[in-house]
Amino acid sequence: MVEQLLAQVPFLRLDEKLVTELLTTSLREEVEKAGFQRVVIGLSGGLDSALSLYLAVRALGAENVIAVRMPYRTSSPASLADAQLAIDDTKVQSYTIEITEQVDAYFARFPQATVLRRGNKMARERMSILYDLSAYHQALVIGTSNRTELLLGYGTQFGDSASAINPIGDLYKTQVWQLAAYLGVPEPIITKPPSADLWENQTDEAELGFSYQEVDAFLYYWVDQQYTKDQLRTLFPAPFIEKVMKRVVQNRYKRTMPVILKVSNRTIGQDYRYLRDAGL
Amino acid sequence: MRIGLAQIKPHLGRVDKNLELHIRFIEEARDQGVELLVFPELSLTGYGLLDLTYEVAKKIEAAEIQTLVKEAKELDLLFGFVEHSPEHLLYNSALYASKQEIKYLHRKVYLPTYGMFDEGRYFASGQTIRSFATRFGQMGTLVCEDIWHTSSPYLLVQDGAEVIIVLSNSPAKGLKETGMSTQENWYRLLQTQAQLNGVYLLFANRVGVEDGTTFFGGSAVVTPFGTIQKTASLFKEELVVVDIDLDLVRKARFQMPLLRDEKMELVIRELERISRQRSERGWK
Repeated sequence: MVEQLLAQVPFLRLDEKLVTELLTTSLREEVEKAGFQRVVIGLSGGLDSALSLYLAVRALGAENVIAVRMPYRTSSPASLADAQLAIDDTKVQSYTIEITEQVDAYFARFPQATVLRRGNKMARERMSILYDLSAYHQALVIGTSNRTELLLGYGTQFGDSASAINPIGDLYKTQVWQLAAYLGVPEPIITKPPSADLWENQTDEAELGFSYQEVDAFLYYWVDQQYTKDQLRTLFPAPFIEKVMKRVVQNRYKRTMPVILKVSNRTIGQDYRYLRDAGL
Repeated sequence: MRIGLAQIKPHLGRVDKNLELHIRFIEEARDQGVELLVFPELSLTGYGLLDLTYEVAKKIEAAEIQTLVKEAKELDLLFGFVEHSPEHLLYNSALYASKQEIKYLHRKVYLPTYGMFDEGRYFASGQTIRSFATRFGQMGTLVCEDIWHTSSPYLLVQDGAEVIIVLSNSPAKGLKETGMSTQENWYRLLQTQAQLNGVYLLFANRVGVEDGTTFFGGSAVVTPFGTIQKTASLFKEELVVVDIDLDLVRKARFQMPLLRDEKMELVIRELERISRQRSERGWK
């Protein structure tokens, strides 16, 4: 399946061995530099978190990786089982923490809440659990958002997008597939349709209205190759171009730190500039 | 002549720790009989300094710089740091020390300020590209982006350099179906320039990661025939020790007398004409 996918977008193919070496080296160094040995990862049963898990295990060893499953009552049982496959395969320590009670307790006040609100709340509950376990285990939270969803803003701000280090944020979804297959992520996780699993039978591609392969190809030409709109129109239908560009622009706020209103001469992020790793 | 390339992983903004790291590599190189040890660009400070540039800058009289100069006893040293000039300008500099004295200071001329790079925001640009005499022969040193401007190695070779040393902080990026574009581009550039100029090219690149950007290492020695003699591994800290034969410069220049046939006067004449025409043309 992955080979068929890549055959259609061969320009997205990566040197699997080299990317793995690069990502595991940099992940290990960033974790250790921050003064940590362990990491914690929310494992949904989907592809992205599975890849982050496998990279973390390669980088730090299974004994330093904690996987957390956080199902809600409507979460697909198959997802939970798939996450278990990855846990069993990598032999990492794991938790299963149901979020149903805390989410339902909150929405008892808002019985009419939309699925979007509920989905966002679930993502943020999971985030808050991961950060609590982070403090408890002295383990950094590892991100699971890929480059496609970061660009499209297909995620919850301060929810699934929150992490200390994100090893897969510069990989398009198609490349996540390629690398996951290379690293031996269990077959069911690779072949099932991608889903945020925030409500029943949700799938990413149905919700977005296009396929990952299509949008990854588009982002490659637009972001990486810097094609102009006129040049893009020779490759992609105009309504699709508009739709994707609008998403990317509208969701820019999810990819930046909060805006700080300037008062001083040295405003954080503007004229007070330091890397996070500085001085470590 | 035995050279060493110290492919180190500096701590960002920690001159104290990096000084220790330099001393460690110097001791190891000394044990291996290295005669010239080369560190990467900004080896005393790390790369992504941003506002730390002001805080880590050192005058050449500073204790840390002098400590390293004094370490250059039986072996010569070349290292990188943020130089605080007498005029209070900050330079991305490379210092060559020998016999416990500063022999040459190259200030990076071409400061990349595009894409992921922001050097022009902090550094002043060096104003000279010159070769200098060492106990091994005439050499020239460039810092990273300098060598991407084809006039830089050209000038050094016209000025007598037989060895060009490039101190670098090149990131791993542009990964593709096989390999990564930065590494390929670097090796292609080094090989081409070494061959066209009949010079040894020594490339000292760092490793380690700063806020997600990994420096690829892959330090290399390229002969005056343009062939790669030795490469260091990717992403790993190591000391690469290589014996180079400066007589290869003679052989390369006898076999392919490009330097002999070079027409420097023609180049100067034509450049002056082009420059004059450009300024006379104005906005048109």
